[in-house]
Amino acid sequence: MSLISTLARLEAVSTGRAQPAATVRHRHLAGRPLVFVPLTTAGEAGAPLGALVGTDRDAPRLLVVPQPRDRDLRFQFLAELADVVLPYVDSYAEAVEAAERNETDPETGKRVKVEVELCADAPQLIVPSRAGIDFVRLLGRSMRFRRTAEQDPEAPHPAPPRVPLLGRWLTHFGERARVPGSALLLAATELLSRHWATGQSTLEDQHLGALLAWIDPPAGMTGAEAAHAAELARDAKGQLLHPPAGPATDPAFDNKLLAPALERYDRARTALAAAEDGLEADERLGELTAAERAIRDLVESRTRPTWDAVWRGLDLLRELPEGARVEERWTRDRWSFTSHRDRITAGEPPQPRRDDAVTAANKLATREREQARLEAQEALDDPLVMAGRRLSGEAFAGEVTDVVMTYSEGKRPSPRPLVTLRTDDRPHLGERVKVYRSLGGKPQSAEFVGHDGDGVVLRILDKMGRGKEPEPGSVPEKGDRLCFTLFEHEQRGGAKLPDPENTPWTHGGPPGEAPHEAADPLTAEDVL
Amino acid sequence: MPLPRTRGTALRQQLAELRGPDVPAKALDARALAALAANPGCRRRAILDGAGVNKATLASALGSPSAFGQSQFALTRGNAFEAKVKADGGAELLRLVHEKLDRHAEPPVDARVPDLTAIGPEGRTARTALALREATEAYGAWTLLDHPMLALDVAGSPAFLEPDAVVVHPDGGWTVVEIKSFPMLDGSADPAKVGAAARQAAVYVLALEEVAARITVADVPAPEVGHQVLLVCPKDFSNLPTASAVDVRKQRAVTRRQLARLTRIQDIADALPEGTCFDPARPAEELTSAVESVPATYAPECLSACELAFHCRDRSRAAGAVTSLGRSVRAELGALTTVPDVLAAARGEAGDAADPTVAALRRAATLRAEALGAAACR
Ligand code: SF4
Repeated sequence: MSLISTLARLEAVSTGRAQPAATVRHRHLAGRPLVFVPLTTAGEAGAPLGALVGTDRDAPRLLVVPQPRDRDLRFQFLAELADVVLPYVDSYAEAVEAAERNETDPETGKRVKVEVELCADAPQLIVPSRAGIDFVRLLGRSMRFRRTAEQDPEAPHPAPPRVPLLGRWLTHFGERARVPGSALLLAATELLSRHWATGQSTLEDQHLGALLAWIDPPAGMTGAEAAHAAELARDAKGQLLHPPAGPATDPAFDNKLLAPALERYDRARTALAAAEDGLEADERLGELTAAERAIRDLVESRTRPTWDAVWRGLDLLRELPEGARVEERWTRDRWSFTSHRDRITAGEPPQPRRDDAVTAANKLATREREQARLEAQEALDDPLVMAGRRLSGEAFAGEVTDVVMTYSEGKRPSPRPLVTLRTDDRPHLGERVKVYRSLGGKPQSAEFVGHDGDGVVLRILDKMGRGKEPEPGSVPEKGDRLCFTLFEHEQRGGAKLPDPENTPWTHGGPPGEAPHEAADPLTAEDVL
Repeated sequence: MPLPRTRGTALRQQLAELRGPDVPAKALDARALAALAANPGCRRRAILDGAGVNKATLASALGSPSAFGQSQFALTRGNAFEAKVKADGGAELLRLVHEKLDRHAEPPVDARVPDLTAIGPEGRTARTALALREATEAYGAWTLLDHPMLALDVAGSPAFLEPDAVVVHPDGGWTVVEIKSFPMLDGSADPAKVGAAARQAAVYVLALEEVAARITVADVPAPEVGHQVLLVCPKDFSNLPTASAVDVRKQRAVTRRQLARLTRIQDIADALPEGTCFDPARPAEELTSAVESVPATYAPECLSACELAFHCRDRSRAAGAVTSLGRSVRAELGALTTVPDVLAAARGEAGDAADPTVAALRRAATLRAEALGAAACR
């Protein structure tokens, strides 16, 4: 943590309210995000208990698995989830704009520009917390290798038709969420803690209720008091007043409320199955419906507060103006969405269980590059982030006190003005170190020449036009306030990795025949 | 000055008094030990654990109940899975040990599964030691010890530990087996959970090494305790067992060092005021001052490791300790340890500008204010 954010936390402690950790919003927020608040069953791997999902904050869709150990009921849940998520995703697949992309021509091997489609907008999934993102990934993994009756008429427990497709999409969202600065799948806690510093530790910030309590405490309470209540307050029966954001539930809820409700449901089902005549069956069906209703109510009671909290968090975030470079990163998300759409339309198989060496290396390189891009862009968009870079000596700001025109030597002399900047910052400048400033959104580079009192002398190197005289506005003037960075503003594409078919044997060699990913075997007591 | 007493019994007597009359001692398990080792500087935790105080009950009595609990769903599934892994004399478990750790040995058939029942933890520990010795002598055979009991000296008093299983290989080597119910998905499990399991297993390895050092087997080289343990988990979304060998050398070294660093319980006990008692039946005020009489080192990590965390957190926050915001925050701030001190130094109201921490703080405060000001007038 930088000293600046530490100070913000300490100020939050002393004022009783979260303090800004950003002055602009650093993530794209879609106009119509899909919020997903899932609950899972303790001890089971990816056995959902229920969820609230939807794009309308006043009308979430409640999905419940009345007996999470029952495969058919789980499939029903997943099918219903697909009915909500897939139409939402599809609604972004249609509208496209023309775009260009560099591709290698398979015949000539040359890089050529090709005209391609780019989806005009992309879907955005919001879950309450980091654990929610992992759960999306887990659900994706549990579904994408399932076989439907159509794909495999012999499958013993065929999945409902759209479930494998939902699995592929959730997998894509989950994978994309690993890329720094991406916004296809976001966690509310991470969004909020990126933009506010609370008076508690980062560990405690993972609790959505406590985090919101610090940012926007109810009238008459300090953030600390409200957070304490959000974390720990329980009713007379020992139930948390503010249920955890999930997907894990509170053990007291499991043991005291959920377990009896599930038992009642099981009993009602057994009784119904044993009914001897229609009249008895009707009666018992009534009890089964009531038992199911009770579980639905329980699930809703634990998800609704989180649902509301996520939307409240989004409201708070929308009050911040969007950072200037956020749109550019969202465009990358649109590319990511478009290419996955294309892979599905092209009938490609689901994402493999494990990446081959080249794919894995590519993903890693992408993440590193995007991390660097994100850090640079956030600093350029936000003086508060830049302040942190200035404090650490990676940037410096100040006033121009002197400009001396000089020219490069050679046949065609170009302008190389010397600019003196007075600054209180202490950048780590070595001889001829390159520095950059943003000029109309593009980086202009300069090199460090030397110190002059408390001034830094820089030689401007580019972005001044082709002529002998620099273009107007391209050279700093006396009195200008400027900020230079030691880091580059734009990231070049990562190191070129070999195409998959040229993978060196040290890295596993070329992939053979694309492995046919079999469905997970089913076992009698299988839980998913 | 306490009266001179014979050491061992005197300490035991002293600890029983701390716990309170008629309060049974709570045994330390490996999980607690691994957590204890994670915060070795905390004397409060050391003495409470050493005295066998039930910290969860104590926390409730103090008015800050701990939030640890286990869902019965998780418990049921965990037990069902362990039973499945150990069914048929542990055939599946032994097969996994053979496959993952000892492929060159004869495959296990008709493994020995000695009965380990005995009275009391001391009795079970002795029974386990005997069974381990016999198994090591039974050269060429596989032996499965189901829920053995091991003793480990912790800061001068014994802790009793119960691993899920220990396997003795035909060559006489010993392996710790941990059975967990979190899934191993496509060959890998949640690293945080694997880490926790490895720390626990490391405690068992240390305890087994003590047993190995004690038993001498004629004509057989001293038994070797494997530094690779076997972690058995459900495979993917099924409840079929799969396993992976986990190297716990690092965790073993860390835990050993931390355990050595634990202040001797005797010393902590001796420093307590006369009549200190942690009996949860006592009034909350008395308990609070008893607990406060032992120094603690709260950090947010306590929240996931110690039942007393909410109590200690309240205290730490009330005292304005910067550590309540995280150990890294504390590390950044040098000699300044409280929120008011840091803020005063940052505002230039206190502190020595020549102190690099103070200077950095002031610089940070200026830059922060400048940035927020710039944003405000945009
Ligand atoms: S919660 Fe308190 S007693 Fe427990 S380890 Fe932390 S500081 Fe020590």
